[in-house]
Amino acid sequence: MSATGLFLCLFLVGHLAGNLQLFLTGEEAALQFNAYAKFMTTNPAVKILSYLTYFSILFHAIDGIMLVASNKAARPQKYAYSNPSANSKWNSRNMGVLGTIILVFIAVHMSNFWYVMHFGSLPVDSAGNKDLYTVVISFFTDDSMGLIFVLFYVFAMAAMCFHLLHGFKSAFSSFGLRTAKTKVIFEKIGYAFSIVVSIAFAAIPVYIYLTH
Amino acid sequence: MNLTLKVWRQKDANSKGEIVAYDVKDISEEMSFLEMLDVLNEKLVAEGDEPIAFDHDCREGICGACSLYINGEPHGPMNRTTTCQLHMRSFKDGETVFIEPWRAKAFPVIKDLMVDRSAFDRIIQAGGYVSVNTSGNTIDANAIPIPKEDADEAFDAATCIGCGACVAACKNASAMLFVSAKVSQLSLLPQGKVEAEERVKNMVEQMDHEGFGACTVTGACEAECPKGISLENISRMNREYLKATVSPGK
Repeated sequence: MSATGLFLCLFLVGHLAGNLQLFLTGEEAALQFNAYAKFMTTNPAVKILSYLTYFSILFHAIDGIMLVASNKAARPQKYAYSNPSANSKWNSRNMGVLGTIILVFIAVHMSNFWYVMHFGSLPVDSAGNKDLYTVVISFFTDDSMGLIFVLFYVFAMAAMCFHLLHGFKSAFSSFGLRTAKTKVIFEKIGYAFSIVVSIAFAAIPVYIYLTH
Repeated sequence: MNLTLKVWRQKDANSKGEIVAYDVKDISEEMSFLEMLDVLNEKLVAEGDEPIAFDHDCREGICGACSLYINGEPHGPMNRTTTCQLHMRSFKDGETVFIEPWRAKAFPVIKDLMVDRSAFDRIIQAGGYVSVNTSGNTIDANAIPIPKEDADEAFDAATCIGCGACVAACKNASAMLFVSAKVSQLSLLPQGKVEAEERVKNMVEQMDHEGFGACTVTGACEAECPKGISLENISRMNREYLKATVSPGK
Protein backbone atom coordinates (compact mmCIF):
# COMPACT_ATOMS: atom_id res chain seq x y z
CA MET A 1 0.00 0.00 0.00
CA SER A 2 2.74 2.42 1.00
CA ALA A 3 4.92 2.01 -2.11
CA THR A 4 2.06 2.44 -4.60
CA GLY A 5 0.56 5.18 -2.43
CA LEU A 6 3.72 7.26 -2.47
CA PHE A 7 4.19 6.66 -6.20
CA LEU A 8 0.65 7.95 -6.75
CA CYS A 9 1.56 11.03 -4.68
CA LEU A 10 4.36 11.67 -7.18
CA PHE A 11 1.85 11.24 -10.00
CA LEU A 12 -0.39 13.85 -8.34
CA VAL A 13 2.45 16.38 -8.41
CA GLY A 14 3.05 15.81 -12.13
CA HIS A 15 -0.64 15.78 -12.99
CA LEU A 16 -1.23 18.98 -11.03
CA ALA A 17 1.75 20.75 -12.62
CA GLY A 18 0.32 20.04 -16.07
CA ASN A 19 -3.25 20.90 -15.19
CA LEU A 20 -2.31 24.24 -13.65
CA GLN A 21 -2.10 25.39 -17.30
CA LEU A 22 -5.91 25.38 -17.21
CA PHE A 23 -5.73 28.55 -15.13
CA LEU A 24 -4.48 30.29 -18.27
CA THR A 25 -7.03 31.73 -20.66
CA GLY A 26 -7.03 32.82 -24.27
CA GLU A 27 -6.12 31.31 -27.63
CA GLU A 28 -2.46 30.82 -26.73
CA ALA A 29 -3.33 28.99 -23.50
CA ALA A 30 -5.55 26.59 -25.43
CA LEU A 31 -2.82 25.85 -27.97
CA GLN A 32 -0.27 25.31 -25.20
CA PHE A 33 -2.53 22.97 -23.23
CA ASN A 34 -3.47 20.95 -26.32
CA ALA A 35 0.20 20.57 -27.28
CA TYR A 36 0.89 19.42 -23.73
CA ALA A 37 -2.01 16.93 -23.89
CA LYS A 38 -0.63 15.52 -27.15
CA PHE A 39 2.83 15.17 -25.60
CA MET A 40 1.37 13.39 -22.55
CA THR A 41 -0.46 10.84 -24.72
CA THR A 42 2.26 10.14 -27.27
CA ASN A 43 5.69 10.48 -25.62
CA PRO A 44 7.10 6.94 -24.96
CA ALA A 45 8.62 7.84 -21.57
CA VAL A 46 5.32 9.35 -20.44
CA LYS A 47 3.55 6.22 -21.70
CA ILE A 48 5.69 4.00 -19.49
CA LEU A 49 4.93 6.28 -16.52
CA SER A 50 1.22 6.23 -17.31
CA TYR A 51 1.14 2.41 -17.42
CA LEU A 52 2.96 2.41 -14.08
CA THR A 53 0.28 4.76 -12.76
CA TYR A 54 -2.61 2.57 -14.02
CA PHE A 55 -0.92 -0.42 -12.42
CA SER A 56 -0.38 1.46 -9.14
CA ILE A 57 -4.02 2.56 -8.97
CA LEU A 58 -5.26 -0.99 -9.58
CA PHE A 59 -2.73 -2.56 -7.21
CA HIS A 60 -3.45 0.03 -4.49
CA ALA A 61 -7.22 -0.55 -4.82
CA ILE A 62 -7.09 -4.35 -4.93
CA ASP A 63 -4.52 -4.53 -2.13
CA GLY A 64 -6.73 -2.17 -0.14
CA ILE A 65 -9.83 -4.31 -0.63
CA MET A 66 -7.89 -7.41 0.44
CA LEU A 67 -6.52 -5.56 3.47
CA VAL A 68 -10.00 -4.45 4.56
CA ALA A 69 -11.29 -8.01 4.14
CA SER A 70 -8.49 -9.62 6.17
CA ASN A 71 -8.67 -6.93 8.84
CA LYS A 72 -12.43 -7.38 9.18
CA ALA A 73 -11.88 -11.13 9.51
CA ALA A 74 -9.53 -10.48 12.44
CA ARG A 75 -12.54 -9.32 14.48
CA PRO A 76 -15.48 -11.58 13.64
CA GLN A 77 -17.51 -10.43 16.66
CA LYS A 78 -18.05 -6.67 16.86
CA TYR A 79 -18.27 -4.66 20.07
CA ALA A 80 -21.77 -3.80 21.23
CA TYR A 81 -20.58 -0.34 22.25
CA SER A 82 -17.52 1.32 20.80
CA ASN A 83 -16.03 4.80 21.15
CA PRO A 84 -13.38 4.95 18.42
CA SER A 85 -13.20 8.75 18.29
CA ALA A 86 -11.60 8.61 21.75
CA ASN A 87 -8.42 7.15 20.30
CA SER A 88 -8.20 7.73 16.55
CA LYS A 89 -9.17 10.09 13.75
CA TRP A 90 -12.17 9.37 11.52
CA ASN A 91 -10.18 9.43 8.27
CA SER A 92 -7.58 6.98 9.60
CA ARG A 93 -10.36 4.47 10.24
CA ASN A 94 -12.16 5.04 6.95
CA MET A 95 -9.40 4.91 4.36
CA GLY A 96 -11.37 2.28 2.45
CA VAL A 97 -14.44 4.50 2.19
CA LEU A 98 -12.34 7.49 1.14
CA GLY A 99 -10.40 5.32 -1.30
CA THR A 100 -13.63 4.06 -2.86
CA ILE A 101 -14.80 7.64 -3.44
CA ILE A 102 -11.45 8.39 -5.07
CA LEU A 103 -11.66 5.26 -7.24
CA VAL A 104 -15.16 6.21 -8.45
CA PHE A 105 -13.85 9.70 -9.13
CA ILE A 106 -10.92 8.32 -11.15
CA ALA A 107 -13.33 6.26 -13.26
CA VAL A 108 -15.60 9.27 -13.89
CA HIS A 109 -12.66 11.60 -14.47
CA MET A 110 -11.01 9.23 -16.97
CA SER A 111 -14.27 8.76 -18.87
CA ASN A 112 -14.71 12.56 -18.93
CA PHE A 113 -11.32 13.40 -20.43
CA TRP A 114 -8.89 10.47 -20.77
CA TYR A 115 -11.33 8.38 -22.81
CA VAL A 116 -12.38 11.36 -24.94
CA MET A 117 -8.73 12.24 -25.63
CA HIS A 118 -7.74 8.65 -26.51
CA PHE A 119 -10.82 7.31 -28.28
CA GLY A 120 -13.24 10.20 -28.89
CA SER A 121 -13.44 12.20 -32.11
CA LEU A 122 -12.28 15.68 -31.17
CA PRO A 123 -12.09 18.85 -33.22
CA VAL A 124 -8.52 20.04 -33.74
CA ASP A 125 -7.10 23.45 -32.90
CA SER A 126 -5.20 25.73 -35.28
CA ALA A 127 -1.96 23.82 -34.59
CA GLY A 128 -3.62 20.54 -35.59
CA ASN A 129 -3.75 19.10 -32.06
CA LYS A 130 -6.89 17.60 -30.50
CA ASP A 131 -8.68 20.45 -28.73
CA LEU A 132 -8.88 19.00 -25.20
CA TYR A 133 -8.77 22.50 -23.71
CA THR A 134 -12.20 23.37 -25.15
CA VAL A 135 -13.56 19.99 -24.03
CA VAL A 136 -12.47 20.72 -20.43
CA ILE A 137 -13.81 24.27 -20.40
CA SER A 138 -17.18 23.38 -21.93
CA PHE A 139 -17.48 20.34 -19.62
CA PHE A 140 -17.39 22.48 -16.47
CA THR A 141 -19.39 25.37 -17.92
CA ASP A 142 -22.16 23.18 -19.35
CA ASP A 143 -25.57 24.77 -18.63
CA SER A 144 -27.25 21.71 -17.20
CA MET A 145 -24.45 19.51 -15.80
CA GLY A 146 -21.51 21.90 -15.29
CA LEU A 147 -22.24 22.85 -11.69
CA ILE A 148 -22.96 19.25 -10.69
CA PHE A 149 -19.59 18.13 -12.10
CA VAL A 150 -17.79 21.01 -10.37
CA LEU A 151 -19.36 20.02 -7.03
CA PHE A 152 -18.55 16.34 -7.60
CA TYR A 153 -14.92 17.16 -8.42
CA VAL A 154 -14.59 19.36 -5.31
CA PHE A 155 -16.17 16.63 -3.16
CA ALA A 156 -13.77 14.03 -4.57
CA MET A 157 -10.79 16.28 -3.87
CA ALA A 158 -11.99 16.74 -0.29
CA ALA A 159 -12.08 12.93 0.06
CA MET A 160 -8.60 12.73 -1.45
CA CYS A 161 -7.38 15.36 1.01
CA PHE A 162 -8.54 13.33 4.02
CA HIS A 163 -7.17 10.14 2.44
CA LEU A 164 -3.76 11.79 1.97
CA LEU A 165 -3.75 13.38 5.44
CA HIS A 166 -3.59 9.87 6.86
CA GLY A 167 -1.95 7.99 4.01
CA PHE A 168 1.10 10.15 3.34
CA LYS A 169 2.58 10.02 6.83
CA SER A 170 1.49 6.41 7.40
CA ALA A 171 3.42 5.22 4.34
CA PHE A 172 6.63 6.26 6.05
CA SER A 173 5.71 4.27 9.13
CA SER A 174 5.17 1.17 6.99
CA PHE A 175 8.60 1.71 5.43
CA GLY A 176 10.09 1.79 8.90
CA LEU A 177 11.21 5.41 8.62
CA ARG A 178 9.12 6.82 11.45
CA THR A 179 11.08 7.66 14.59
CA ALA A 180 10.37 10.03 17.46
CA LYS A 181 12.32 12.70 15.50
CA THR A 182 11.08 12.06 11.94
CA LYS A 183 7.41 11.58 12.86
CA VAL A 184 6.78 15.32 13.15
CA ILE A 185 8.57 16.00 9.85
CA PHE A 186 6.53 13.40 7.89
CA GLU A 187 3.35 14.65 9.52
CA LYS A 188 4.02 18.29 8.62
CA ILE A 189 5.12 17.52 5.05
CA GLY A 190 2.13 15.21 4.67
CA TYR A 191 -0.37 17.77 5.92
CA ALA A 192 1.09 20.52 3.73
CA PHE A 193 1.18 18.20 0.68
CA SER A 194 -2.39 16.95 1.18
CA ILE A 195 -3.93 20.36 1.67
CA VAL A 196 -2.00 22.22 -1.06
CA VAL A 197 -2.43 19.50 -3.72
CA SER A 198 -6.13 18.91 -2.99
CA ILE A 199 -7.05 22.59 -2.90
CA ALA A 200 -5.07 23.29 -6.10
CA PHE A 201 -6.84 20.44 -7.94
CA ALA A 202 -10.27 21.48 -6.63
CA ALA A 203 -9.61 25.10 -7.60
CA ILE A 204 -9.32 24.22 -11.30
CA PRO A 205 -13.00 23.34 -11.99
CA VAL A 206 -14.18 26.09 -9.62
CA TYR A 207 -12.04 28.67 -11.43
CA ILE A 208 -13.22 27.49 -14.85
CA TYR A 209 -16.87 27.57 -13.73
CA LEU A 210 -16.58 31.08 -12.32
CA THR A 211 -14.54 32.70 -15.09
CA HIS A 212 -15.75 31.18 -18.36
CA MET B 1 -23.38 6.07 43.40
CA ASN B 2 -25.75 3.90 41.39
CA LEU B 3 -24.95 2.48 37.97
CA THR B 4 -26.50 0.35 35.27
CA LEU B 5 -24.00 -2.17 33.95
CA LYS B 6 -24.42 -3.85 30.59
CA VAL B 7 -22.16 -6.86 30.82
CA TRP B 8 -21.28 -9.47 28.21
CA ARG B 9 -22.26 -12.89 29.60
CA GLN B 10 -21.17 -16.04 27.83
CA LYS B 11 -21.36 -19.46 29.48
CA ASP B 12 -18.34 -20.92 27.71
CA ALA B 13 -16.30 -20.73 24.51
CA ASN B 14 -18.94 -22.55 22.49
CA SER B 15 -22.03 -20.77 23.76
CA LYS B 16 -23.59 -17.74 22.20
CA GLY B 17 -23.24 -14.78 24.54
CA GLU B 18 -25.39 -11.73 25.15
CA ILE B 19 -25.38 -8.39 26.93
CA VAL B 20 -27.09 -8.60 30.34
CA ALA B 21 -28.10 -5.51 32.35
CA TYR B 22 -27.37 -5.24 36.08
CA ASP B 23 -28.19 -2.43 38.50
CA VAL B 24 -25.49 -1.79 41.08
CA LYS B 25 -26.30 0.44 44.02
CA ASP B 26 -24.38 2.34 46.71
CA ILE B 27 -21.02 2.10 44.98
CA SER B 28 -18.24 4.14 46.59
CA GLU B 29 -16.30 6.53 44.34
CA GLU B 30 -13.09 5.29 45.98
CA MET B 31 -13.65 1.73 44.75
CA SER B 32 -11.60 0.43 41.87
CA PHE B 33 -13.55 -0.81 38.86
CA LEU B 34 -12.74 -4.42 39.74
CA GLU B 35 -13.85 -3.92 43.34
CA MET B 36 -17.17 -2.67 41.98
CA LEU B 37 -17.44 -5.91 39.99
CA ASP B 38 -16.49 -7.87 43.14
CA VAL B 39 -19.44 -6.25 44.93
CA LEU B 40 -21.76 -7.22 42.08
CA ASN B 41 -20.38 -10.78 42.06
CA GLU B 42 -20.92 -11.18 45.82
CA LYS B 43 -24.53 -10.16 45.30
CA LEU B 44 -24.89 -12.60 42.37
CA VAL B 45 -23.41 -15.46 44.41
CA ALA B 46 -25.67 -14.64 47.37
CA GLU B 47 -28.66 -14.80 45.03
CA GLY B 48 -27.49 -18.14 43.66
CA ASP B 49 -26.45 -16.77 40.26
CA GLU B 50 -23.23 -17.43 38.40
CA PRO B 51 -20.67 -14.65 39.13
CA ILE B 52 -19.21 -12.70 36.20
CA ALA B 53 -15.86 -14.15 35.16
CA PHE B 54 -13.09 -11.61 34.51
CA ASP B 55 -9.29 -11.72 34.50
CA HIS B 56 -7.30 -10.01 37.25
CA ASP B 57 -4.19 -10.66 39.27
CA CYS B 58 -1.90 -8.03 40.82
CA ARG B 59 -4.44 -5.19 40.88
CA GLU B 60 -1.45 -2.84 40.86
CA GLY B 61 -1.38 -2.05 37.15
CA ILE B 62 1.77 -4.05 36.41
CA CYS B 63 0.85 -7.65 35.59
CA GLY B 64 -1.23 -7.28 32.45
CA ALA B 65 -3.92 -9.73 33.56
CA CYS B 66 -6.90 -7.40 33.76
CA SER B 67 -8.63 -6.40 30.58
CA LEU B 68 -12.24 -5.25 29.95
CA TYR B 69 -13.56 -3.05 27.15
CA ILE B 70 -15.35 -0.38 29.17
CA ASN B 71 -17.70 2.10 27.47
CA GLY B 72 -16.06 1.56 24.12
CA GLU B 73 -12.44 1.76 25.26
CA PRO B 74 -9.97 -0.85 26.51
CA HIS B 75 -9.27 -0.31 30.23
CA GLY B 76 -11.97 2.37 30.28
CA PRO B 77 -11.93 6.15 29.88
CA MET B 78 -8.70 7.00 31.78
CA ASN B 79 -5.50 7.24 29.73
CA ARG B 80 -2.38 5.29 30.74
CA THR B 81 -4.42 3.28 33.23
CA THR B 82 -5.24 -0.41 33.55
CA THR B 83 -8.76 -1.46 34.53
CA CYS B 84 -7.59 -2.40 38.04
CA GLN B 85 -6.26 1.15 38.55
CA LEU B 86 -9.45 2.74 37.21
CA HIS B 87 -11.63 4.15 39.97
CA MET B 88 -15.36 4.68 40.12
CA ARG B 89 -14.87 8.46 40.43
CA SER B 90 -14.25 8.34 36.66
CA PHE B 91 -17.98 7.60 36.23
CA LYS B 92 -21.08 9.63 36.89
CA ASP B 93 -23.93 8.63 39.18
CA GLY B 94 -26.69 7.00 37.14
CA GLU B 95 -24.38 6.25 34.19
CA THR B 96 -24.81 3.19 31.98
CA VAL B 97 -21.52 1.34 31.61
CA PHE B 98 -20.89 -1.23 28.89
CA ILE B 99 -18.41 -3.96 29.84
CA GLU B 100 -17.22 -6.31 27.10
CA PRO B 101 -14.34 -8.72 26.58
CA TRP B 102 -11.47 -7.99 24.15
CA ARG B 103 -12.80 -8.76 20.68
CA ALA B 104 -10.41 -10.50 18.28
CA LYS B 105 -10.36 -13.75 16.34
CA ALA B 106 -7.00 -14.47 18.00
CA PHE B 107 -8.47 -13.84 21.50
CA PRO B 108 -11.43 -16.24 21.74
CA VAL B 109 -13.77 -15.75 24.71
CA ILE B 110 -13.33 -18.43 27.39
CA LYS B 111 -16.17 -17.24 29.59
CA ASP B 112 -17.98 -13.91 30.12
CA LEU B 113 -15.25 -11.26 30.08
CA MET B 114 -12.27 -13.63 30.01
CA VAL B 115 -10.44 -14.21 26.75
CA ASP B 116 -7.69 -16.63 25.81
CA ARG B 117 -4.58 -14.51 25.26
CA SER B 118 -2.19 -17.45 24.76
CA ALA B 119 -1.62 -16.22 21.19
CA PHE B 120 0.70 -13.64 22.80
CA ASP B 121 2.59 -16.43 24.58
CA ARG B 122 3.10 -18.27 21.31
CA ILE B 123 4.42 -15.09 19.67
CA ILE B 124 6.94 -14.72 22.50
CA GLN B 125 7.89 -18.39 22.14
CA ALA B 126 8.55 -17.76 18.45
CA GLY B 127 11.41 -15.36 19.19
CA GLY B 128 10.79 -12.96 22.08
CA TYR B 129 13.89 -13.99 24.00
CA VAL B 130 17.69 -13.92 23.93
CA SER B 131 19.61 -17.19 23.93
CA VAL B 132 21.93 -16.38 26.83
CA ASN B 133 24.54 -18.89 27.89
CA THR B 134 23.89 -19.71 31.53
CA SER B 135 26.63 -22.30 31.94
CA GLY B 136 28.37 -20.48 34.78
CA ASN B 137 30.67 -17.99 33.10
CA THR B 138 27.93 -15.54 32.05
CA ILE B 139 29.16 -11.97 31.60
CA ASP B 140 27.41 -9.39 33.77
CA ALA B 141 25.04 -7.41 31.50
CA ASN B 142 26.27 -4.16 33.07
CA ALA B 143 29.80 -4.91 31.78
CA ILE B 144 28.62 -4.09 28.24
CA PRO B 145 28.50 -0.33 27.60
CA ILE B 146 25.13 0.75 26.19
CA PRO B 147 24.25 4.31 25.09
CA LYS B 148 21.78 5.90 27.48
CA GLU B 149 19.39 6.69 24.62
CA ASP B 150 19.22 3.03 23.53
CA ALA B 151 18.82 1.83 27.11
CA ASP B 152 15.94 4.27 27.66
CA GLU B 153 14.19 3.30 24.43
CA ALA B 154 14.57 -0.39 25.20
CA PHE B 155 13.24 0.18 28.71
CA ASP B 156 10.24 2.13 27.41
CA ALA B 157 9.40 -0.75 25.06
CA ALA B 158 9.93 -3.25 27.87
CA THR B 159 7.24 -1.61 30.01
CA CYS B 160 4.64 -3.39 27.82
CA ILE B 161 2.68 -5.66 30.14
CA GLY B 162 1.16 -7.72 27.33
CA CYS B 163 -2.43 -7.00 28.34
CA GLY B 164 -3.73 -6.90 24.75
CA ALA B 165 -5.41 -3.48 24.94
CA CYS B 166 -3.69 -2.61 21.65
CA VAL B 167 -5.46 -5.50 19.92
CA ALA B 168 -8.76 -4.60 21.58
CA ALA B 169 -8.50 -0.94 20.56
CA CYS B 170 -7.37 -1.50 16.97
CA LYS B 171 -10.18 -1.62 14.42
CA ASN B 172 -8.17 -4.35 12.66
CA ALA B 173 -7.47 -6.31 15.89
CA SER B 174 -3.79 -5.93 15.05
CA ALA B 175 -1.13 -7.02 17.54
CA MET B 176 1.61 -4.91 15.97
CA LEU B 177 2.12 -2.67 19.03
CA PHE B 178 2.63 -5.63 21.37
CA VAL B 179 4.91 -7.55 18.99
CA SER B 180 6.90 -4.45 18.07
CA ALA B 181 7.46 -3.57 21.74
CA LYS B 182 8.85 -7.05 22.35
CA VAL B 183 10.98 -6.91 19.19
CA SER B 184 12.26 -3.44 20.14
CA GLN B 185 13.18 -4.08 23.76
CA LEU B 186 15.55 -6.83 22.61
CA SER B 187 16.87 -5.53 19.30
CA LEU B 188 17.92 -2.18 20.78
CA LEU B 189 20.38 -3.89 23.11
CA PRO B 190 23.63 -5.68 22.15
CA GLN B 191 22.51 -8.98 23.70
CA GLY B 192 19.42 -9.00 21.52
CA LYS B 193 20.99 -7.76 18.27
CA VAL B 194 22.64 -11.14 17.63
CA GLU B 195 19.31 -12.86 16.94
CA ALA B 196 17.43 -9.78 15.72
CA GLU B 197 16.75 -10.97 12.16
CA GLU B 198 15.43 -14.41 13.04
CA ARG B 199 13.45 -12.93 15.91
CA VAL B 200 11.52 -10.36 13.89
CA LYS B 201 10.77 -12.81 11.07
CA ASN B 202 9.58 -15.56 13.40
CA MET B 203 7.52 -13.30 15.64
CA VAL B 204 5.79 -11.59 12.70
CA GLU B 205 5.10 -14.96 11.08
CA GLN B 206 3.55 -16.26 14.33
CA MET B 207 1.53 -13.03 14.72
CA ASP B 208 0.04 -13.46 11.23
CA HIS B 209 -0.54 -17.16 11.87
CA GLU B 210 -2.59 -16.35 14.99
CA GLY B 211 -5.05 -14.31 12.90
CA PHE B 212 -4.34 -10.78 14.08
CA GLY B 213 -5.08 -8.00 11.56
CA ALA B 214 -2.62 -5.66 9.88
CA CYS B 215 -1.54 -2.20 11.04
CA THR B 216 -3.15 0.78 9.29
CA VAL B 217 -1.51 3.33 11.61
CA THR B 218 -4.73 4.67 13.14
CA GLY B 219 -2.84 5.19 16.41
CA ALA B 220 -5.68 3.74 18.53
CA CYS B 221 -3.26 1.27 20.15
CA GLU B 222 -0.84 3.98 21.26
CA ALA B 223 -3.68 6.13 22.61
CA GLU B 224 -5.19 3.26 24.63
CA CYS B 225 -2.00 1.50 25.79
CA PRO B 226 -1.89 1.69 29.60
CA LYS B 227 1.90 1.88 29.42
CA GLY B 228 2.15 4.45 26.62
CA ILE B 229 4.05 2.20 24.18
CA SER B 230 4.62 4.38 21.11
CA LEU B 231 3.89 3.78 17.42
CA GLU B 232 7.60 4.29 16.73
CA ASN B 233 8.08 0.70 17.86
CA ILE B 234 5.85 -0.49 15.02
CA SER B 235 7.94 1.46 12.54
CA ARG B 236 11.11 0.00 14.05
CA MET B 237 9.69 -3.51 13.64
CA ASN B 238 8.76 -2.76 10.00
CA ARG B 239 12.31 -1.50 9.46
CA GLU B 240 13.84 -4.61 11.03
CA TYR B 241 11.50 -6.88 9.10
CA LEU B 242 12.38 -5.19 5.79
CA LYS B 243 16.08 -5.43 6.64
CA ALA B 244 15.79 -9.09 7.59
CA THR B 245 13.91 -10.04 4.42
CA VAL B 246 15.48 -7.74 1.81
CA SER B 247 19.12 -7.78 2.86
CA PRO B 248 19.66 -10.47 5.49
CA GLY B 249 23.05 -10.70 7.18
CA LYS B 250 23.90 -7.00 6.89
